[in-house]
Amino acid sequence: MTRTVLNCGYVPLVDSAPLIIAKELGFAAEEGLDLNLVRQPSWSALRDMLALGHLDAAQMLSPMPVAMSLGLGGLPARIDNLMGLSANGTVFGVSTGLADALGAVPFGDPDALLAALGTRGPQPLRVGVPFPFSMHRLLLSYWTASTPDLQVEIVTVPPPRMADAVMQGHVDAFWVGEPWGSAIVGRGAGKILMAGRHVWGFAPEKVLAARHDWIVENPDTTCHLMRAVYQSARWLDVERNKPLAVEILGRSEHLNLAHEVIEPAITGILTLEQGGTPTKVDRFLTFHDHAASFPWRSQAAWIAAQLGVDAMGIAQAKRCFRTDLYRKYLGPVGADLPGASEKVEGAMRDVTAVASSRGQMILAPDAFFDGRTFDFDASNGE
Amino acid sequence: MRILVVEADSAKAKNIINALLEAGWSDVHEIAQVSGLEQSIAKHAPDIVLIDMANPDRDTLEHIGTVSDTKSRAVAMFVDQTDPHLTQAALAAGVSAYVVDGLQMNRIKSVIETAIARFQMMRQMQSELDAAKQALEDRKTIDRAKGIVMRRRGISEDAAYKLMRKAAMDQGRKVIDVAQALVTASDLLT
Repeated sequence: MTRTVLNCGYVPLVDSAPLIIAKELGFAAEEGLDLNLVRQPSWSALRDMLALGHLDAAQMLSPMPVAMSLGLGGLPARIDNLMGLSANGTVFGVSTGLADALGAVPFGDPDALLAALGTRGPQPLRVGVPFPFSMHRLLLSYWTASTPDLQVEIVTVPPPRMADAVMQGHVDAFWVGEPWGSAIVGRGAGKILMAGRHVWGFAPEKVLAARHDWIVENPDTTCHLMRAVYQSARWLDVERNKPLAVEILGRSEHLNLAHEVIEPAITGILTLEQGGTPTKVDRFLTFHDHAASFPWRSQAAWIAAQLGVDAMGIAQAKRCFRTDLYRKYLGPVGADLPGASEKVEGAMRDVTAVASSRGQMILAPDAFFDGRTFDFDASNGE
Repeated sequence: MRILVVEADSAKAKNIINALLEAGWSDVHEIAQVSGLEQSIAKHAPDIVLIDMANPDRDTLEHIGTVSDTKSRAVAMFVDQTDPHLTQAALAAGVSAYVVDGLQMNRIKSVIETAIARFQMMRQMQSELDAAKQALEDRKTIDRAKGIVMRRRGISEDAAYKLMRKAAMDQGRKVIDVAQALVTASDLLT
């Protein structure tokens, strides 16, 4: 049987794992796909290649399909989010110099951190992020908006260059995905002060995206791709598979990263400062558990709202998160499906059981650091 | 019209700049320093920024294009406002261009076309260079492997090569792959 060749773009990061494992462990081949992973030098290059049809599908930062569908920045194109590839997995930290000046700030306490940063005087805090349309940038803006006195200057820095930017003083702080946070710590350039999940408990991080028209024209390939990635993500979240996952990812030509820098994200055990004791961060990076791959429409709405669009824009954003395809293609292969496609974002402070196709599913806490909740469902009166 | 070329490799940058100068544009500048790109852009205030598609700093340019900062000029990616053929050609050649919003298409088109032609030429040269380098490397590996077989089996160079070629054919592999395996095995065993 000849396999369907599928060109899928990605940026080499630890959370590209669901795509790499889908290829390396044969989940894609089982679905009849010859998954061709095409490394991209930047998110803008990946976006253009996907929009112009040089890629069939791509890993994307979760705000990218929303921004593109709304025509914000760069190339406007109708891009859909087929499913989540990961939740959380990013870190915020500051340069070693600033960390010393701030003194002891407990890890993972966004309020204490804001208070400490607020005392450093009138000069703006320059924070490096990987891309304007990234969850990193949205969480940074959301978190710091509560302290108007804190002036923040956002600087886009390609993550492999973040450690240099911190060391050379181009930025005071950084918000990056792994392995680049650990790389900064490894070089003694900075200190990790919190994980993304301390600001939003269960934030959609990377997604699997494709052109809307391509999805319409290639329903079978779409279905097989989603199933392969679903199986891969499920395998990745089994505890006993993690050492093997690190091994495969470390050997993979697709990442070209050493084992040591892959391990922290996969195990959730991070070294926060050079020479420090490794710290376990619960739910640091999730691929499958707690419905991590379900493309909640309310998350699309939250992203759109942060990007400052109106109600029509929010409705449009919701449509590009394809819960319909997730139900249709992944339900028959045993994916547990939540009863609703939207939830009140930020409402769960603890693990919570909700109605699902197989009875009940356990969702992770999705609270925001400030306790706010977001209800975008028109029928709920917003 | 002020054109800015962002390129760390100075030989490459010169090549592009020369092409633009020859084609009649005189206000062409180069940025090699990748850190502090935002300040450099603000300082030069270019109308067009040309950057290699493979350059990760594109994301920084993207940022400058999306934030409304009065200090830096608004740059939008040219694919926003041009014809799809030109866009595809640029993508294939590996050049991306950022253009100040509202610039007339006919003014930028020839700049982009000149850049595309030069990028294509450089890409072609690079791939020929890579192929030549690879061929030389392969040749060295095959020579080493031949030497190993000659010594171990006491046969002539010609016989050694024939043996390797037969092994490759029998296994459906390339001679270079067989040679590589021999060299690796020999390095491990000695």
